[in-house]
Amino acid sequence: MAVDAASEPKVTRIRRRKAARLTLRDRLAVILMLGVPLLFVVGLIWLPTLLSVVLSFTSWDGIGGIDTIEWVGTRNYQQIVEIYPPFWPAFRHNLYWLGFLALVPTTFGLLLAYLLDKKIRGTRVYQSIFFMPVVLSLAVIGFIWQLVYAPEQGLINNILGTTEQGNLIDWLGNPQLNLWAVLVATAWRHAGYIMVLYLAGLKSVDPALREAAAIDGASEWHAFRTVVFPAMKPINIVVLVVTVIEALRAFDIVYVINRGRNGLELLSILVTDNIIGEASRVGYGSALAVILLVIALVPIITFVARTFGDEW
Amino acid sequence: MSSRTASTALPRAIRRPALGRPRFGVHAFLVVAALFWLAPLLWTLYTSLRPYSETAEHGYVSLPRTLTFDNYTNAWTQADMPHYFLNSLLITVPAVLIVLFFAACVAFVVTRLSLRFNVAMLIVFVAANLLPPQVVLTPLYRMYLEIPLPTFLSENGKMYDSIVGLIAINIAFQLGFCTFVLSNYMKTIPQSLNDAARVDGAGVVRQFFGIILPLCRPALAALATLEFTFIYNDFLWAVVLIQSGAKRPITSALANLEGVFFTDNNLIAAGSMLAALPTLIVFALLQRHFISGLTLGASKG
Repeated sequence: MAVDAASEPKVTRIRRRKAARLTLRDRLAVILMLGVPLLFVVGLIWLPTLLSVVLSFTSWDGIGGIDTIEWVGTRNYQQIVEIYPPFWPAFRHNLYWLGFLALVPTTFGLLLAYLLDKKIRGTRVYQSIFFMPVVLSLAVIGFIWQLVYAPEQGLINNILGTTEQGNLIDWLGNPQLNLWAVLVATAWRHAGYIMVLYLAGLKSVDPALREAAAIDGASEWHAFRTVVFPAMKPINIVVLVVTVIEALRAFDIVYVINRGRNGLELLSILVTDNIIGEASRVGYGSALAVILLVIALVPIITFVARTFGDEW
Repeated sequence: MSSRTASTALPRAIRRPALGRPRFGVHAFLVVAALFWLAPLLWTLYTSLRPYSETAEHGYVSLPRTLTFDNYTNAWTQADMPHYFLNSLLITVPAVLIVLFFAACVAFVVTRLSLRFNVAMLIVFVAANLLPPQVVLTPLYRMYLEIPLPTFLSENGKMYDSIVGLIAINIAFQLGFCTFVLSNYMKTIPQSLNDAARVDGAGVVRQFFGIILPLCRPALAALATLEFTFIYNDFLWAVVLIQSGAKRPITSALANLEGVFFTDNNLIAAGSMLAALPTLIVFALLQRHFISGLTLGASKG
């Protein structure tokens, strides 16, 4: 606190006046209350983030000491984009992940919220059912859906009658298919989450707006599209941010199913491979992390600007 | 909240036009969707209750001849599940308590004491929570190998492969969300309460513990429910930052279980149900808190 005060003299004056009302004991309390949590978030999140950026321009096998770190400029980035085979598939899969989450479960969650927001019978029960997958860990969801997708013993193939050698559908083993199969499992969880957010959003829409539209004779769909949906703009932004971030974070479910290979490559998997994989390439892994960071900054800045912009 | 009460207070006749359509189609759609939603869980439950020999003989899609909890007792003992549940407990409980306390401290300082850097401080915490974990993973892993811990906290004397290290990263990562929710909540508490307390000579610490913290009980309850599931469900940190299988929490230990019983779907089903049970119980009992926590996080105070 005292450090950045020195660099901004104008602010210091105001702060000192405010701080003067605090006794020494109070000031000590404030420093502890802010300082200890700050230590965690700066030391374990922002410092490593910064180090990721720095290390991404270096080459290091992680075995030799810090003095063996070699500065290589943008070589890691060049190699990733040009010759690292899984990069573009992983990048594409993350894009599909985002596109799918944004189009399918998000729309479905909105539809569920819209239907359940009306005071229909059993709305609580429906809400609980659709929300239940949200409390499960993605690792457990991976196991549950492996049982559903299992080639010979799984629910889906047995219902479709595709369990014989000739017509067997290998949902999780076929690289043309498995990403979409996993996305369905992810959607199972995401839709419930979105539903809850939109249920809150719909409650916040002034009912007078809807009634005005209804009195004007607008159809339900028209009223929703032109009145209700635009009125939920704050929630729409949160939903968008949540969806983008979920798509970038995607990891657990794929890792549980096949460690992210054979059609299920994701950027997050590539980062992890370069740490706990056989070849520990710190610079490479960091460069991949920075690519993730740059993409993640878009939703993060959107969210921060919307939330804190007017308080600045 | 206020809009909901307003809408129920309106005369029914006005609300009718928009809602006048027959509801049959809506219910049919919801019932079908709900069945699809329950199917994976019910399938897992059904599989877990059937003996392996029976499903091996008649297939998994067949009528039950016997239903038993044998798979549960087997998974429980063979996969050493009590041990991993204990690990989860040792990680989750301290992490939730500490993260809530820290977040309350930060939220109190930035909302109740009008310091100039409040918003910047909030952003430092909230933005950290939105980063994909992989962004910090590589350096964090290296740092964990370097940072020493006293041996009573970590057998190998490092943050890496220790429960304390896992607690620490969970705290750091969840702080942003909790701080955001609690600061939104605290903003709704009248400032005059602090002023009155200050006139009475109450210091910062007494204002925090005596006045603000008790008033935040609903938000803290909601966050505790939510954070319990978030941290209990964590998978990535445990996979990367814990080396010895014996120290893993249940969710990541489950991944090993698959290796042990890779042919026995019934056991895997039982193990998955057991691992899911704590969060399902929390959800069943505290659904209201759970949802209000998510809603508080999505709205601006």
